Amino acid sequence: MVCLVVAAVIIAVGMYSISVGDAPVPVSDVIATLLGDPTADSEFIVGTLRLPRALTAIGVGAAFGMSGAIFQSLARNPLGSPDIIGFNAGAALGAVGTIVVWGGSSLQVSIGALAGGLSTALAVYVLAWKRGLEASRLVLVGIGAGFSISAVNSYLITRADISDVQRATVWLTGSLNGRGWDEVRIIAVALAVLAPLAIVMQRSLDRLDLGDDTAAALGVRVGRAKLGLVLVGVGLAALGVAAAGPVAFVAFVAGPLARRITKTPGACVVPAAFVGALVTVTADLGARRVLAPTELPVGVMTAAVGAPYLLWLLTRQSRTGAL
Amino acid sequence: MRSTPDSSIGLADDRDDAAGDRDSRVARDTFVRRTIGAIALLAAVGLGALLSLAVGTKPIAWGTVFDALASHDASSSDHVIVRELRLPRTLLGVAVGVALGAAGALMQGVTRNPLAGPGILGVNAGAAFAVVSGIWWLGTSNVLVLAWFAFAGAAVASVVVYLLGTAGRGGATPVRLALAGAALSALLGAWTSAVVLLDQQTLDAFRFWAVGSLEGRDDDVAWHVAPIIAVGLLLAFGVARQLNAVALGDDTARALGTRIGTTRTMSLVAVTLLCGGAVAVAGPIGFVGLVVPHVARAWFGPDQRWLLPTSALLGAALLLFCDTLGRVAARPSEIQVGIMTAAIGGPAFIILVRRARMAQL
Repeated sequence: MVCLVVAAVIIAVGMYSISVGDAPVPVSDVIATLLGDPTADSEFIVGTLRLPRALTAIGVGAAFGMSGAIFQSLARNPLGSPDIIGFNAGAALGAVGTIVVWGGSSLQVSIGALAGGLSTALAVYVLAWKRGLEASRLVLVGIGAGFSISAVNSYLITRADISDVQRATVWLTGSLNGRGWDEVRIIAVALAVLAPLAIVMQRSLDRLDLGDDTAAALGVRVGRAKLGLVLVGVGLAALGVAAAGPVAFVAFVAGPLARRITKTPGACVVPAAFVGALVTVTADLGARRVLAPTELPVGVMTAAVGAPYLLWLLTRQSRTGAL
Repeated sequence: MRSTPDSSIGLADDRDDAAGDRDSRVARDTFVRRTIGAIALLAAVGLGALLSLAVGTKPIAWGTVFDALASHDASSSDHVIVRELRLPRTLLGVAVGVALGAAGALMQGVTRNPLAGPGILGVNAGAAFAVVSGIWWLGTSNVLVLAWFAFAGAAVASVVVYLLGTAGRGGATPVRLALAGAALSALLGAWTSAVVLLDQQTLDAFRFWAVGSLEGRDDDVAWHVAPIIAVGLLLAFGVARQLNAVALGDDTARALGTRIGTTRTMSLVAVTLLCGGAVAVAGPIGFVGLVVPHVARAWFGPDQRWLLPTSALLGAALLLFCDTLGRVAARPSEIQVGIMTAAIGGPAFIILVRRARMAQL
C-alpha cells in the first residue's frame, strides 16, 4: 500500500523532472511521448536525454536503497551501509586511481570502481571470517579496511593535479549527468536478477534479526544466508556505483525512512527500494534545476532531500518503533 | 555475545570460599594487567615525543635535543628547530591525540555504538563546512582564522545534533542521536561538496585541510586550543563513572541512581570541546577517535574509568609516531598525519580484531 503511494509519487516527480529543463516540454507531451505518440522535439529531448536519465536515477536509487537496508539489518546497526564491508572505499580508490594515475575514460573509471569495490568487499569478508561471520567482527574489520583505503585515496588526492582532483570529486559525489540508454539497459538487467533475490532473502534477514541461534533453530542456514545477503547487497551497491558513482546518503537514509513510513520494525527491503528511488529522482531534479543551467552532481542533492525529512521524522516520533 | 572476563561486577552471594579466592585473584590479575598496560602507554607517549623532537627532514642528535630543551641557545639552528618548530608540533600532537582518543571512548560509551566515532556528532562535518565557507568567502588561508572557523562550525553542528536528537517524545536515545548526527553531517557535507565543486580554488585549499595535518601550526594556535581541550578532558573524566552505569542500559542506570540526561549532556559537551579543539588544530583525523577506543577496550576492558585515560594516551602515542613517520616516509616532502594514522593503523587494527577477543560495548 505504502509502496503504491511512493511509486505514484516517483512517477509524478519523474514526469515533472522530464518536463522541466532548459527546453521545457509540457507534461501532456511527455505523457504522449511515453505512450508512443511523440512530437518532433519531444522525441529527442524526452526519449534520448531525459527519460534515460530519470530511469537511471530510479534504478540507482532502488539499488542503493535495498543494499543499505540489507546491510543495516545484517550489521544490526542503523549506521550500517555497503561501507561496512569496505565496498564504497574500495570503489572510490578504484575510481580515483583510474582518474588520477591513468587519466582513464568514464567507462574505465566505472570498471576501476567495480574492481576496487568488489575486491575490497571480498577481502573484508575473508578477513572477517573466523569460524563463522560475526556481525561485530565484520563491522570492525570493515572500519579498519575502509580507513586504510581512504588513506591511500587521500594521498592520491593531495598529490594529484587539481583538474584531476576536480574530476575525482565529481565522481566521488555521484553524478547522473549524461546517462543514456546503455546505462538503463545494464541497470534493468542487473535489477531484474538482484531484486527478486533480495526480496526472497528478506525472510532469512528477518529471522537473522532474532539472533544467529534463533535463526538456525527456525531453519535458516546461517552461514549460507549471510553469504547470500552480503553477495546481493554488494551486487546492488556495485550496480549503483558503476552507473552513477557512490551517490551519497541514499543507502543510509532509505532504510530508516522506509521503516518509519511503513511503521514496521526490521528490514523492509522493498519499501527501501521505493524510498531510495524517490530520494534519488527528487535529488536529481534538484541537482539539475537549483543552479540551472549549471548541473550539479546528484550526490550533492540527495542529502539535501533526504536528511531534512529524516530529521523531521526523528523529532516527531517517539522512541517506540524507532529501530 | 561474549562477556568480558574482567567484569568487576560479580554475583558472589552463593559461591564457596574457593570461588571467592579465585574472584579476588582475577581482580588482582586484572589490576596488574591494567597497570602494566598504562605504564607501557605512558612510556610509548614519552618515546613518541622524543622521536618527534629528534626525527625529521633534518635529523638532530639526541644530545642536541636535550641541550635545546635544557639550555636553549638561540644562535644554534638545531636548537631553534627543536624549540620553535618541533616542540610546539609535538605538544600539539599530544593534545590532539589525547582529545581524539578520549572523545572516541566517550562517544562510543554514550551511544553504545561501535560505529560511532566522535565525528557522528557532526563535529567534523560542521568544521569542514565552516572551513570551506571561510576559504570561499574570505579567501583566507590563515591557520588561526581557519582554526576558529573550524571550532565554531564543530560546536554549532554538535549543538544542533543534540537538539535534534533530544527533541520530541522520548528524549535522546543513542540511536536517535546517531541518526541525527549522520543526517546533519550528510547535509553539511552536501554544502561542502557543492562549494568545492563549483570553485576550484577552494577545492585546492580544502583538499589539504581535509586530510588532517600537524604541519605548520604555530604555538599561537596551541595556546588558543589547549584550554578548550583541557576543559573537555576534565569533563570527560568527571562523567566516566556514570557512563559505566549507562552502559548497563537506561533502565538499569536509572535504577542505580544515575541521572542519564545529565550524564549524556555532559558527555556530549566534553566530546564537542575535545573534538572541536582537535579538528580546529589538525583538521579531521577520523581514524583515531573511532579505532583507538576499540584497541584500548581489548586490553583494559569496558570500564570507562580506565578506558578514557588509556584511550587518550593511546591516541597521543599513535599520533606522535605516525606524525614522525610521515616526516621521513616520503622525504623531502611530508605525508600528513591523517593519512599515516589510517594507513598504518588500519591494517594493524584488522590484525588485532582477528586475533584478540574484542570486548563488546
